[in-house]
Amino acid sequence: MWWRKRSKEKAKERLKLVLAYDRAKLSPGLVESLKRDLLEVLRRYFPAQEEVNVALEERGEKMVLIADIPLR
Amino acid sequence: MKAKAIVVTSGKGGVGKTTTTANLGAALAKLGEKVAVIDVDVGLRNLDVVMGLEGRVVFDLIDVLEGRAKVRQALVRDKRVENLFLLPASQTKDKEALDPARFRELVHRLLTEEGFDRVLIDSPAGIEKGFQTAATPAEGALVVVNPEVSSVRDADRIIGLLEAREIRENFLIINRLRPKMVARGDMLSVEDVVEILGLKPIGIIPEDEQVLISTNQGEPLVLKGTSPAAIAYMDTARRLRGEEVPFRNLEDSQGFLSVIRRLFGGR
Repeated sequence: MWWRKRSKEKAKERLKLVLAYDRAKLSPGLVESLKRDLLEVLRRYFPAQEEVNVALEERGEKMVLIADIPLR
Repeated sequence: MKAKAIVVTSGKGGVGKTTTTANLGAALAKLGEKVAVIDVDVGLRNLDVVMGLEGRVVFDLIDVLEGRAKVRQALVRDKRVENLFLLPASQTKDKEALDPARFRELVHRLLTEEGFDRVLIDSPAGIEKGFQTAATPAEGALVVVNPEVSSVRDADRIIGLLEAREIRENFLIINRLRPKMVARGDMLSVEDVVEILGLKPIGIIPEDEQVLISTNQGEPLVLKGTSPAAIAYMDTARRLRGEEVPFRNLEDSQGFLSVIRRLFGGR
């Protein structure tokens, strides 16, 4: 069924994300509130700041928190 | 595996720990090892019925740990295969009576004084005390996982806990794999599960109706059948003993698509 995404790809994506949080002992809610706080701080320097993306990434043995801050 | 005391675990319930313990125990005995399988699921004893030995249980694990019975009195010998013994869990006694230090001692005694080559410990589901006790004597672990999100997530947790206990010789048993669903992209493949969990597989067991049928009859599959799961369990036991046994292509000769794929030189 080429017209729909294979359900296992979806399973894999979701698992990788949830395991990244599990392994780092983070709750997704924690990252959301971190994002809010980061944005608040950023706005002190860049008042027009609208977004910041925070994601977890695995680097070998370590989990790394990546903040991506697009400036306008 | 070098490990002689091996815990069979999964985190999640219902993925096939007990079936795996029963069949690997029987398969290893068939291959000549003296094997004890121990049920540690106090209050939810099941290994005895899965193996068809429920009628012969007299004493249990806690009787032995508390000195009411000698280990030889409590071990139930399987008459269908030489050198296979079951040490049943207690169905009625208090879980707290299962003391990890004493349990470790008992497993050690089985492997030394009693001359067992291998002890397989069927862990209860969960990550709490029951699992922790089951893991206490273990030198290695078999993590049973189904190719399905909740089972994989729980397996990841268990692998972390095993590492924290410094149990290092760990392998995956990927159970209830449905090759046709994998082929059409609707089930995580062996490669996916291995990639996500970062642990090598030692067994890949296909979904097989014969598993339930043999459980109904109280006879471990490997003792009677040549069904796909029975063959997969025998292969797994051989790998566990250090033999090089390649993984079979479970899709072989299954259906139209795989024939087409082979015609075009695929796997």
